[in-house]
Amino acid sequence: MSETIGAFGTSGSGDTSGFGGLVRSAASVGSSERPYGSYFDEVTDELERAYPEFSDAIEKVVVDRGELTLHVKREKLFDTAMKLRDTQSLRFEVCLGVNGVHYPEDKSRELHAVYPLLSMTHNRRIRLEVSVPDADPHLPSLVEVWAGNNWHERETWDMFGIIFDGHPGLTRILMPDDWPGHPQRKDYPLGGIPIEYKGATFPAPSERRSYQ
Amino acid sequence: MTTHDSYASATDTTEGRVYSVTGGDWDSLVTEIGQTKEERVVVNMGPQHPSTHGVLRLVLELEGETITEARAGIGYLHTGIEKNTEYRTWTQGVTFVTRMDYLAPIFNETAYCLGVEKLLGITSDIPERASEIRVLMMELNRISSHMVALGTGALELGALSPMIFAFREREKVLDVFEMVSGLRMNMAYVRPGGVAQDLPKGAITKIRETVKELRHNFKDNEKLLVGNTIWMMRTQGIGYLDLAGCITLGITGPVLRSTGMPWDLRKTDPYCGYENYEFDIVTTDTCDVYGRFLIRMQELEQSLRIIEQACDKLDKSEGQPVMVADKKIAWPSQLSVGSDGIGNSLDHIREIMGTSMESLIHHFKLVTEGFRVPVGQVYAAVESPRGETGVHLVSDGGTRPYRVHFREPSFNNLQATSAMAEGGMIADVIGAVASIDPVMGGVDR
Repeated sequence: MSETIGAFGTSGSGDTSGFGGLVRSAASVGSSERPYGSYFDEVTDELERAYPEFSDAIEKVVVDRGELTLHVKREKLFDTAMKLRDTQSLRFEVCLGVNGVHYPEDKSRELHAVYPLLSMTHNRRIRLEVSVPDADPHLPSLVEVWAGNNWHERETWDMFGIIFDGHPGLTRILMPDDWPGHPQRKDYPLGGIPIEYKGATFPAPSERRSYQ
Repeated sequence: MTTHDSYASATDTTEGRVYSVTGGDWDSLVTEIGQTKEERVVVNMGPQHPSTHGVLRLVLELEGETITEARAGIGYLHTGIEKNTEYRTWTQGVTFVTRMDYLAPIFNETAYCLGVEKLLGITSDIPERASEIRVLMMELNRISSHMVALGTGALELGALSPMIFAFREREKVLDVFEMVSGLRMNMAYVRPGGVAQDLPKGAITKIRETVKELRHNFKDNEKLLVGNTIWMMRTQGIGYLDLAGCITLGITGPVLRSTGMPWDLRKTDPYCGYENYEFDIVTTDTCDVYGRFLIRMQELEQSLRIIEQACDKLDKSEGQPVMVADKKIAWPSQLSVGSDGIGNSLDHIREIMGTSMESLIHHFKLVTEGFRVPVGQVYAAVESPRGETGVHLVSDGGTRPYRVHFREPSFNNLQATSAMAEGGMIADVIGAVASIDPVMGGVDR
């Protein structure tokens, strides 16, 4: 998904490794095949049964490192969330918030929103993941489904610029109201100044070599 | 007593007249407000207010002394820790995340490290002794954190003495932290793969003594507050939030357990070997501030029980490794306390500078580059003193995190302020917020 050039990840600091022209792209985790193992088969079966549009709504199912991720289309996110919460055999009654991730190289799917869900009834956890294009960063708000998502969605708007349609008051929460930009996006600079210590100057953190 | 306000002059706002109070002549303010016809008053409480648990701002809409609307304003302590970790190695990340919820640093570190280990796929390779030390440190930290919650909570409601006792006890725990990690707060002691260093000589003995002292001293606060009529009048039936409210708001920790729900990740989804310890989940069913206070009081004893069991286990595992065996991940040096504080042990310096060129290369590569973490994302959670501290980590396969996100219980639980405070008296909002026990470093990150 992400692409790296050279061995050090920064330009201008002198890539002496001999790999300066190397271009590599990191692979993303692919979708999984059944059986998923653990309770994941049961959860997906139950969701399929409760939600007839399952095959249309779920883009891919990923089981990785003992965790189940359902990639949902954004048009179906609200319905899927309702089914996950209300179906007796699923009962994901707690949503542990929203987290944005910005993948600038993932064209027309730049912004991802990740929802970790918890079922206290069955003691199970799954994760929903939705992607939206940077040009049209709209997602349905899930505050109606899980009221606790209110601040989390405000934070994701603040940090990534994802607009949650239907949110009762989508304003910035961590940054000042008049702040320009969305700080957690990859194109937003970290800032920082070079540090001088005992006569030597060290570059700012974002300018330092990042070994790929 | 109104003075000039540079942000809104008395006639400028659409909402009504602005009164700025700088302290002092309250009588004239009351007279002045009394002359207006408006019944509704909006009060800005904080962000600089001694009773708001740090830089929390509460916007309270009042009719008389009754709160009709309460909103919490946060962000005054936003430090961009999550963004910063993206520019450091996975190991350096520990030093950042420990500063989020500064009253529960070990929990932040452990949650983060459990996440990194899950990403690396080495969860089952973590030495038992490392997990035992983590449990020991976490439970000590739970005590020190609850001590602040109880002490400041009582202080904010006007009871001064419990704070003195609580901070005395907390100090004893911080002494142990200092002995073990060299630092009292923000230790960066838990590292991906294990812990930074083994317990120093005599630590277990000191911890056992501390446990004994704490168990004796906790009675002071119990005598002061449990069953105290004034304390009960200020806390019972206040800040009510039932199970349905907690679930929909995603509330965890003592607030959830005060509804009678025995939900504790240490039991329901054990990590670090918590399944091998005997302890109880403390609950009450009053859904109020007093219930949450009782839960914190009794959790202290449960933590002491776990610490004692951890000490026994650590006695048995003496001399075993505290860092994963994989040399490509394990921090190359063992630290030790020298004349200038804690740092690389002299043995290690001797080896890399004098004996082994390969050791020097290995040290240099691992410390400057860090280790690579395979592509993927994980969610790891621990039961912190305030509820579920969850970490969502994304790796793109490099030596730095692609994204680190903390699901902070303080951040989430603070949303309950409105539900707890609205319809109540203004004096009770203090107790309600104190019972949530928000730490603004964690809320704003």
